[in-house]
Amino acid sequence: MTATQLPQNSDRVKTAPTPPSQRRKGSADRVETGPLDWSRIMTVARTDLKQLIQAKDFWVPMSLLGAFFFVIIPAILLLTITNIGNVETVARVSETLEVLPESAKSQIRGDTPEGQTGYALAVFLFAPVAVIVPLTISTAVGAATIVGERERGTGEFLAHSPAGAREIYLGKLIASLVPGYFTTVVGFGLYSLIVNLTVGPEVGGWFFPTRQWWVMILWVLPPFLAICLSLVLRLSARVRSTAAAQQASGLVSLPLIMIAYSQSTGVLFGADWVPFVLGGLAWLLAIFSLSRGVRSVTRSRLLGVASGV
Amino acid sequence: MDRELVVNVAGVSRWFGDVQALTNLSIEVPKGSITVLLGPNGAGKTTAIRMITGALGPDEGTTRVFGLDPASNDGEEVRSRCGIVSAKPSLYDRLSGWDNLRYAAELYGLGRGAAADKRISEASEIFGIDAALDHEVGGYSTGMKTRLALSRSILHDPDLLLLDEPTSGLDPESAVAVLDLIRDMTSGGRTVLMCTHLLLEAEGLADDVVVMQHGTSLLSGQPDALAKRYWPTPIVRISAAEGSQLDQIATATGVESYDRSELTASLELDTLDRVPQLVATLSNAGAQITAVVPFNPTLEDLYFAVRREQGSSGDEIPPPGGSTGRPARELSATGGN
Repeated sequence: MTATQLPQNSDRVKTAPTPPSQRRKGSADRVETGPLDWSRIMTVARTDLKQLIQAKDFWVPMSLLGAFFFVIIPAILLLTITNIGNVETVARVSETLEVLPESAKSQIRGDTPEGQTGYALAVFLFAPVAVIVPLTISTAVGAATIVGERERGTGEFLAHSPAGAREIYLGKLIASLVPGYFTTVVGFGLYSLIVNLTVGPEVGGWFFPTRQWWVMILWVLPPFLAICLSLVLRLSARVRSTAAAQQASGLVSLPLIMIAYSQSTGVLFGADWVPFVLGGLAWLLAIFSLSRGVRSVTRSRLLGVASGV
Repeated sequence: MDRELVVNVAGVSRWFGDVQALTNLSIEVPKGSITVLLGPNGAGKTTAIRMITGALGPDEGTTRVFGLDPASNDGEEVRSRCGIVSAKPSLYDRLSGWDNLRYAAELYGLGRGAAADKRISEASEIFGIDAALDHEVGGYSTGMKTRLALSRSILHDPDLLLLDEPTSGLDPESAVAVLDLIRDMTSGGRTVLMCTHLLLEAEGLADDVVVMQHGTSLLSGQPDALAKRYWPTPIVRISAAEGSQLDQIATATGVESYDRSELTASLELDTLDRVPQLVATLSNAGAQITAVVPFNPTLEDLYFAVRREQGSSGDEIPPPGGSTGRPARELSATGGN
C-alpha cells in the first residue's frame, strides 16, 4: 500500500476545492444503460408485493375501498331500483335516462322501467368506479415505494446490489400497478355477478360485462394507471418522506382521476371506435411518461444523498 | 513488493451540493487482506464505501475495483462481486429472515432453486442465525439483524466484503464473535474492507489501515510499518517505587530520549538490548523497580498520533497509550536529558 505518504508534520498541503460550476457531475447520477434483466425486475416486484401482503394495515382498508365501490354501493342501488316497487320513483329515475346520448340510449335493454333503469345504472353510472379504485390504490402503493426504501434504510441495500436502477424502477412500477389492477379485476368480477343477478332477470338474462366494459378494463384503464404511476414514482424518488410523497401524489392523481373518469364515461357513451382511439392515445402518453420516469430512480436517490432529496 | 490491488481509489472527490464529502481520497486495498478505514464519524468512510460499489460516482478522480470502473456500466459486475454490510443492516422488517436472504440471493443471481436454498442455509448457519430465519426481521434484536446482514453479504461468495461499522450497536460478546467471523472469512482468500471508528475493533484484525479525516486519507499502510515510522526506535516504560531514582538512567548509553511522569519513565532506546543493562544500573543504585514494560504501539496510539500531528482543529485528542505511547519526536522534545 503506497497511496498516501506519511505526513511529516501539520503543514499538510491543502488544495482549494473546485468551484461548483466547474465540477463534473457525479457519474452515479448518470442514466444507466444496458440490457434489462427481467428476472431481477420480477424479483423486486415480487418482494414488494410480499411486503404489501404482510401489511394488513394497508390492504384491509384498500380492500374495503374496493368492496365499497364495486360491491356495496352497486348492490344497494341496483337492488333498490329493481325491487323498489315504487313506480313513481323508478319512473322519475328512468326519465333521467333521456339525457343520455342516442348511442347510449340505443344500447339500453329491458322492457320495464326497472329493467331499463337498472341496466343504465349498471352499464353507465358505475363506469368511473373502475377508474377511481385502481388509481387510488396504486397511487397509495407507488407513493411510498421508493421513498419508503430510503426511510427504512433498505435503499442502501438496493443501491449496492447488482440490480440496475431501471430494473428497480420497473419492479416498483409493477408492484404498484398490480394491487390496483388486481383489486379492479376482482371487483369487476364481483360487480358483474351482482349486476347480472339483480338486473339480469329484468332484461332477459345475464348481459354484463358489455363489450365497452371489456375494452375499458383491458385497453383504456391500464395506460391511465401507468401514466399515474409514472408520475407518482417520480415523486416518490424525489421527496424526503412518505408523508410528503402521499400529499404530492394526491395532487397529481386527482386531476388524472378526473380525466380518466370523464374518458371512461366517453368510452361507454361514444361510438365504437372511441375507446380504441382513447386507449391508443393513453398508451402513447403512458409510454412517453414511463420512459421519462425511469430516469428518476438513481442510486444516489435510493441512498438519499442526491441533490433535492 | 507490489501487491495485487482489488480496490484502487485515486484522488477521488465528491460533493453533495456545496458540501465536500471526499477530498482527494486515495485508498488501496490489496487482494486477500483486511483493510480497515479508521476515522471519526463524518470522516467520509461510508461515502468511500459507496464510491467503491459505484452506488455513488466521483466528481473528480478515479475508482477501480477488480480493475473496473464501478460507476460505469461495469458497475453491475463490480457489485455482483461485492458483499456489503451497511452501517444500518438495511433489512426488510416485514419479511422473514429467509425472505430477506432469498431476495438478496435472487438479485445476486443465485436464482430460486435448491442450490440457492442450500446457500441461504449455509450462510445463515455460519453466523448462527439459521434458527430464526422463519421469523419476521422486525422482531429481531440488533445482534440478530447484524448476523443476518452478514449472512446476506456472503450469500453469493463475494470476492470483496465491504463492512461499514459491522459491530455497531452490538454487545461486546456479539461484537467479538462478529469480528472472529470476519477474520475467518478472509481465510478463504476474500478481501475485506471494513470501516470503523472503534480502534480496539481494528486492533489485531487489520492487515492495512487507512486513517481518514474530513473526507481524505491522512495515511495508509500496514500497522507495523506505520508504527515503525512514527516510533522508529524501541520504547520501554520503567516504573519504580521512587520516581526520582529513575532519573539516573536518563543519560545512560543508548537512551535517546527520557521522559518521566511521577513513578514511571518512558525511554526511547537505540535497541531493546539495552534494557538488562539499564535495569542492572538501577538495581545497583538501590532503585526498587516495580515494572519494566516494552511499549508496543497500538492502532489507537497510531491513530491519535496521526490526528495530533494533523492538528485536528479543536478536537480533544487524548494522549496515545497513556503516558508512554507518544511519538518519538514528542518524546525527544520533552526528554529529560
